[in-house]
Order: sequence, then structure tokens, then C-alpha cells
Amino acid sequence: MKGYEFIFTGVKLTLLPSGALWWPEERLLCVSDLHLGKSERMARKGGAILPPYDTRDTLHRLQTDIEASNARTVVCLGDSFDDLEASDNLPEVEAIWLARLMAGRRWVWIEGNHDPGPIEFAGTHLAELLQPPLHFRHIARVGAAGEITGHFHPKARLHLKGRSVSRPCMLFDSDRVIMPSYGTYTGGLRTDHSVLSRLMRPEANAVLLGDPPQPIPMPR
Amino acid sequence: MSPFFVRACISGMFTHRRIPYLRAMTTLPPTFEKWFARRGWHPHPHQLAMLGAADAPAVMLIAPTGGGKTLAGFLPTLVELGTAPPPGLHTLYISPLKALAADMRRNLTAPIDEMGLPIRVEDRSGDTTQARKKAQRADPPHILLTTPESLALLLSYEDAPRMFAGLKRVVVDELHALADSKRGDQLMLCLSRLQALCPVLRRVGLSATVEDPPALARFLAPYPTLCKILHADPGPAPDIAMLATDARPPWSGGGGRYAIREVLNEVAKHNTTLIFHNTRAQAEIFFHELWMANDAALPIGIHHGSLALEQRKKVEAAMVAGTLRAVVCTGSLDLGLDWGDVDLVIQVGAPKNVKRLVQRIGRANHRYNAPSKALILPANRWEVIECHAAIEAVLAHDLDGDPRGPGPRDVLCQHILITACAAPFGADALFAEVATAGPYAGLTRADFDACLDFVATGGYALRAYDRWQQLMQRADGLWQLRDPRLAQQVRMNIGTIIDTDRLKVRMKGRSGTSSGKALGEVEESFAASLVPGDTFLMGGKIVRFESLREMEVQVSRDRGRKPKLAVFSGTKFATSTQLSDRILDLLHRSPLPDLPRHTLDWIALQREVSQLPRAGRILVESFDHDGRAHTCVYGFAGKNAQQTLGLMITRRMEDMGLGPLGFVATDYATLIWSISHLDNPVDALDATGLRDGLDGWLAENALMKRSFKGAATIAGLITRNLPGKRSSGRQATFSADILYDTLRKYDPDHLLLSITRVEAMRGLIGFGRIDEMLSRTGGRIDHVRSDRVTPFAAPLLLEVGKVPIEGAGQEALMRAEANRLMIEAGLA
Repeated sequence: MKGYEFIFTGVKLTLLPSGALWWPEERLLCVSDLHLGKSERMARKGGAILPPYDTRDTLHRLQTDIEASNARTVVCLGDSFDDLEASDNLPEVEAIWLARLMAGRRWVWIEGNHDPGPIEFAGTHLAELLQPPLHFRHIARVGAAGEITGHFHPKARLHLKGRSVSRPCMLFDSDRVIMPSYGTYTGGLRTDHSVLSRLMRPEANAVLLGDPPQPIPMPR
Repeated sequence: MSPFFVRACISGMFTHRRIPYLRAMTTLPPTFEKWFARRGWHPHPHQLAMLGAADAPAVMLIAPTGGGKTLAGFLPTLVELGTAPPPGLHTLYISPLKALAADMRRNLTAPIDEMGLPIRVEDRSGDTTQARKKAQRADPPHILLTTPESLALLLSYEDAPRMFAGLKRVVVDELHALADSKRGDQLMLCLSRLQALCPVLRRVGLSATVEDPPALARFLAPYPTLCKILHADPGPAPDIAMLATDARPPWSGGGGRYAIREVLNEVAKHNTTLIFHNTRAQAEIFFHELWMANDAALPIGIHHGSLALEQRKKVEAAMVAGTLRAVVCTGSLDLGLDWGDVDLVIQVGAPKNVKRLVQRIGRANHRYNAPSKALILPANRWEVIECHAAIEAVLAHDLDGDPRGPGPRDVLCQHILITACAAPFGADALFAEVATAGPYAGLTRADFDACLDFVATGGYALRAYDRWQQLMQRADGLWQLRDPRLAQQVRMNIGTIIDTDRLKVRMKGRSGTSSGKALGEVEESFAASLVPGDTFLMGGKIVRFESLREMEVQVSRDRGRKPKLAVFSGTKFATSTQLSDRILDLLHRSPLPDLPRHTLDWIALQREVSQLPRAGRILVESFDHDGRAHTCVYGFAGKNAQQTLGLMITRRMEDMGLGPLGFVATDYATLIWSISHLDNPVDALDATGLRDGLDGWLAENALMKRSFKGAATIAGLITRNLPGKRSSGRQATFSADILYDTLRKYDPDHLLLSITRVEAMRGLIGFGRIDEMLSRTGGRIDHVRSDRVTPFAAPLLLEVGKVPIEGAGQEALMRAEANRLMIEAGLA
């Protein structure tokens, strides 16, 4: 798989241009913060009636990555649904689509703050997944090691001559990886925010999404 | 002297009256006659004419600044209310500036008190206290002075019918300025609502001189009612000239720094001078240079829209007090109070637009019978020609302006939401009402229904969440909000002014906290491009960027003399079509008009080396420079359109494998540099190909995304970034760009995309001007190959704002910068 290759706690991993993480040795594909059903939730809560195409756009991207990688395991790192009701309300077409993607492979739903507890769909539901030496969970814990997490939707800005580009990014240092959000309607938290600065070591890198993804020292 | 009245009998005030209606002069009631007599004043003829037309359902007065326009608007109200006014709202006064509404209250209160009239006048804006606002709704004054946005807000309340019951007149001040933007469209929709609430409502518009009075009258009047148009005496012709300078103007750039000495001399010779600039950045640089050369320590201030409110107020107060000798300013002083003592206006840089120039000149000498004095300072060689053409147009009373398009649909969407906030409504009735608003007179029912559908359900081709619509149709057919709590959100979002995201600039506090003084605002994109240590100008001072914290730009004082960066953007005006035509015409006049020698020589050299651009043709020049092929396209379509043209031609050159590397655009030409020459410009300028570009790849342009964001905000799809709501640090917001991309991918016919396309025709994309250029020149292209840089193209080589070609180029830049950072950090 083409992307940004790096070694994390002795494991070779690849960040794909889409924002998914690929662990070739285990044939494991990890995506974080899909926020499926976001537009439905916002409409239901009386917010803006956003274009209802976010779920299919996210599923499209996911399908492309799954087909290209032929993943044996897919780990959804939490906040897969914008809330639990959104998973119930997923339109039938999209629910079938998701079931089709899940068929024939191991599928792990890690719970997130938006979707705590088991959801409508089949697969394994876990608070966290330990697949040594990696530890998959939604929110990073201070002091943890070998940790793959999501939750923060990090984004970083790069200054070029006369222009600046802001992109979602993955953060990593020797202890942890914080993945970019994979869902279509998801904003971001800038890497210079104190929460991220506190979590990441001074020598941490940010890898900006794009084809190919670009590593830079994490902007603080 | 009161800004409203002129002293009676100032030397022959009433001798040369050209306006026929004045014979049917109306007389004033005794109370008013006596009051005028006591003050030794006499009403203007047009003020009396307005009194005579008081019963007209719609009337528009066109008067120059200083003509006592506003009193002309109010006189009929005061006379009707008289000595025993019945309770309730009688007249609503709408002004584009809240400061103007507040000052109007003070100015009206004086004559009302002196005549002992029991008339209550109050103003209302975002600055009015909650308690006051509540009291106004319960017990409205006779005269309420407010802004279009505050009126829209009032109409969103359930008690609007009660508050406006009995309203007789609405006076719209500075109508010409409001009609230039969506604020005017919104106001006209609000007036259609008011008219439905009070059918006897009479409308009055007050306007500065405009190019097409009947069009503005149709904008104001309830369709199909005819609007009466009154013209005040335009007063004597202005005294206008180019500022003579020792130094020659530079070849390119703006700002007029070469003439600092001459400008200071003029300031010293006059009481108060307004020095207008076209952009905030230029105003800042000029002000800075002015200070450094200001040996006589003349008190000079600066005023523009990016400065902190307190700072602007301080300058305004000093102006009123007469303690300032000059103010360097931008469009922020185009409207507003009459400063009595201004006796000179200096316009720095080509005015780009004759109408605006005339209105700016009018800021000088607000005495009705004295000519306004103005000097124009061309900022570069090309502008010498443009300024000359502009002066000719002013003296010929030949004003310019783009015809208004039909009322924008995003504003209609917001109006539908506002209407729903007040009460359930019927679609047929609302459509009938909206179609009486001038800008929406041609609205089709299908377009209205599309807007209603958008507001109700989002208007998506995929009808996914019909359960969750914003508006629901009740059993009786009326539409109402699904959730009444939505009204609060709609009210927060009222208005059509879209500020590009701006960040506050603050002096760093002593202890490193952000408690320092607020200096003003910069655009977020500018702030994002700053690196600690960068210096720029703000309020005439050089400041050093320290950090970006909590969405505030922290700066410290810098002792340097030269800022590193000067650009934080303001409005970029494009030269109007009419003015461009005049320039083309001027170039072919024989003999050439009385221009400075250096300019005449330059024109002669261009004729010799290449040729002069013609109105009905496009001139294209090819030459080599600095080892690169150069192509210069003279389209005279204005800067925005020439910029878009640059994007489109380079795109086509990329397809042709010519390796375009970049381009730069001015109001009259686009200069492109590339690996290989464009041998056949006819293909690259083919109309069908260019129009396809608008549908295809141009849609991905950042400017299109900005237009979309504006439309989506006004129409209510996304909410404004409210101060204080942004720094929560949570990932709650996501960019409008994502919505735009998603709609383009899955719902290309969506209403908001259609609105965005219409916007692209005007404004920053300026595709309408490209279209106009293509039909004007009809494929007639003159292609000149020169063995050296041509005289007219030479200034473009020096122009700032060069655009590198995006795409593969940007990715390469990113790779290089990322590598550099990794190496610097010792990571690669």
C-alpha cells in the first residue's frame, strides 16, 4: 500500500493518503472517527440541515481502502457513529453497504465518547483492543505506550511562500499515534492546542494527509 | 452651521433654479415658519418639494452631500406629527451605519425641542441596551432610527404586527450605498413585509448622485407602484485636478509614496484634508510615511475598517472637534457624518469607479453653494491615464455602475426563515408579498418554491431526513418552525454582511498575558501566514508578531523603521467598464489630451514598438524576458476578471503543454510567463472553452468556495463564527469547503451551488466582465510578437501579487518545505 511508512514500537505501519492506518504484517486496517450519520444527527437535534451525503462519502473512501488492501481485520477506533441513534437511523441502503464491507473479515468497533456501548451492527464491540505490541483505544492516556488513538481530529498548517495549507494530520512519537479523523464532516483541532502539546513528546512528528502524506515536525 | 439648514439668502442661493417643480412650492405650517425665521434660516427648495410630495406612495430624492437631504426626508414627518402627535410609531428611518442613526437622533432632537413639539425620537441598533429595546417594542417612539439588520430582527418577533401598526412612513437614507449590496435586497424584502402589515405605508429614499435614478427608484418602490423622483440642485461643478508632483510616478504599484512631500504641502494649506486610499494596507503605509516626513508635526489621523472601534471613534471625535488637519482613510469614511471643515479631498491611486470618486469629492466642503475641491494622485504611470479619464468623466457628469442583477436567492432564504420566526405563513401570500419588493419583482414561483424547499428540508435531491425538516406544513397549509427554539438561532444569524474570518490584534500584556490594548483586526489567512518576528503595520505603528493564542494575534511594539510585511487585505476594487472604455478611447484621441510629458512619451513608444490596445479587439503581445516566454493579454476587464482570465489561460496552456509558470494581473492586462510561447492566442481565448472552465475546474477555485461560504451563511445552512464561540477548541466546526465539495460531488444542481455560480459572475471572480469582454471583441485578436519587453507590459513585470500556478506546483513546494523543516529539525 502506498503512503507514509514508519516504524512504531518495532512495527512497520503505513499511513494511507485517505487517513487510514495500515499494518501490513497483520493485514489490519485502522480508521478513526468516522462519525457516520453526522448530518442526520444534526438535523434531528434541530441544527442545520446539512447535505445528507457524508455517510456515503465516508463509506466510499472506506470501501476503496478495504478493496485495495484486502484487509483481514478492520478496526474502527471509536466515534464511528455520531451518536447511538445515528447508528439506528442509518438509511437502509447505507446499512446494507456497511454490512457488505464487514462481510468476510474481522471487524472491531472500539467505543468512543460519541458511541459508547455496543451499536446496532455485528462485529466485535470492545472498549479497547490489545494486539501486541499495539494498544488500540479511542482517547489517548497519559503514560501509555504503543498506543493507537483518535478522538482529537488533529490538523496542522504548513507555511509556504505566500500561502499556507491546512490539512488533517496524524501525530506520532515513540509512545503513541493520534490518528486523523476519517469521516467527511469532521473539523479539526490544531496541533498547537495545549491538549495535544501536553500529550506528545517534543520530538513528535505530524504527517499531513495528501498523496503522498508529508511528515513535518509537529507544529506547536 | 447646522448640517440640515443653510442660512437664508446666502448670495443668490435662489437665483438660478433649474428645477421645474419648485414653482409649486409648498408652504410650511406657522410653527415651522416661525422657527426657521427665528434661526434666520430658510428651507432648501427640495426640502419644500419633498413636503409637497409627502402623500406619494414612493418618492426618491437625489441630492449631493451637504444638501440637507436628511431633513428633506424628515420634514414631512415633523409636519404631519405636528403639535399633537397621536401615540405609536409614525416614521421608521433606516441608515446603513448605526453611528449615523445615533447622530441623527441628536440632530433631530434640537429642532423638535426648539419648536416645542412633543415628538419622541429614539435610535436602535446592536449597541442599544436590552431594557431599552424591550421598552421600544412595548411602547414605540414616534420616530425610530435604525439599520436594516435591526429592522429584520424586529420583524422576526411575534409582536411585529403590533409594533408597526399605524406606521406611516419609512425613510431610507444613503439608498445608493445600500443598493450596492445584499443589505439593500434584504431591506427591500423587509419593506415588503412592513407594507403587508401597514398597507398605507409611504416610502422615501434619499440618495447621492447615481448613474441610473429610475433603476434605483424601481428598487425602492413597491412593485408595480411608480416612484416619484426629485432632483435637488447638484450645486457647482467640483474643482478637481491631478496633484502636480516633482517626481515621476513609479512604473507600478500603488500607494503614492513618491508624492508625500506634495501631499503634506496641501495639508498645510488647507483646514482639514481627507486622504482617501483604495485599500487598508496602502492607507497604513502612506500614513506611516506621512508621519516620518511630517516635520511640522501636523495632527494627522488614520481611519479604516480594520482598526479597533475605540480608535476609530477617537479619530471621528477629533474630526468633529476640528483638532485634526488630515485623516488618511479608506471607504470607511465614504458614508457618514458631514464634517463641516473638510475643504480638500485627496484621492490617492486611481479611483477605479467614477461614481465613488464623485461621492468622495462630495465629502469636501459641505456648503451647498461652494464647489468641492479635490486632488487626484495617480499611484503609477498607468494610473496617470486612468486618473485623467476619471476627471473627464466627473466633469462630464458621466457616472458608471453595474446594473443590478435580480434579487439574490440566499437573502430570500433568510427572509423566509425570519418570516417563519414571527408567525406561521402561507406560501402563496408570502410569494405575492416578496414579488412586490423591487429586486424580486421578476422572481418566478419556481425559484421561490426552491428557496422555500431549501429552508424547509435543505432542498437536497436525496430526501433523506424528511422527519427532521426545519419548517413543517400544518394541516391548514401554513408553514411554521418545527422547533420554536430555532428562532433564537435564526435571529443570531440575521444579516448579509459576511466578514471574512478576522482575528483580533492585541498588544501583548506586560506579564505575557493577552490583556494588552486591542489594535484592530486582520484576516485569518494573513494571521496564519505570520511567523514570530514578522513585522507589519497596524494603526500606523510597526508591530511584531509574537504568537497566535486563543484566536487572538498577539503583537509587541517594534522599533524598526520598515515593516517586513505590509499586506493585509481590504476591498480590491476593479476599474469599472465605463472607465475602461474611456481609457481606451483616450489612447486613440488625436492629439492626445494634456498628459504629463513622461506619459505621452510612454504611449508614443508603445505605439512604435507594438500597438495601442483597441476597444473592439484584444491585444496579445509575445516576447522573451529573463529566459522565459511572456504573453501579455490586454482585456481591460478589471483586475478581478483579468485575474480569473489568468487562471483560465494558464490552465489551457498547461493542457497545451506550454509549461505556464505564473501570471500577474492588473485592471487592464494579464501577463503570463511560461516555458514555451503561446503561438496561437485565438485558441486560448476561445469563448466556449473559457465558459466551460467556469463549470469545470474553476469551480474548485478558492474564490468560488468563499462565495459559497457567504451564500451558505446568509441562507442559514451554516452559522456565523460568533466572537467567543470559536475558541472552544473542540472539533465542532468543520469547513464550508467540505460542504461545497460534497454538494458538487453528490448534488450538483443544488440551490446553493446555483447561487454560487451567479455570484461568480460578479465580484471577485468577475466572470461577467470576461463574458462582456468576449462579446465586445468577438474573437478579434491582434497578436504582436516583439523582440523585447513592450512599454505597456513593462510595469506588469514589477507588479506585486504574482500568482504561481497551483496543482503539481503546490505539491512540489510542500515537499520542499517539509524536507527543509525535517532537515532543520535533524529528523531527516
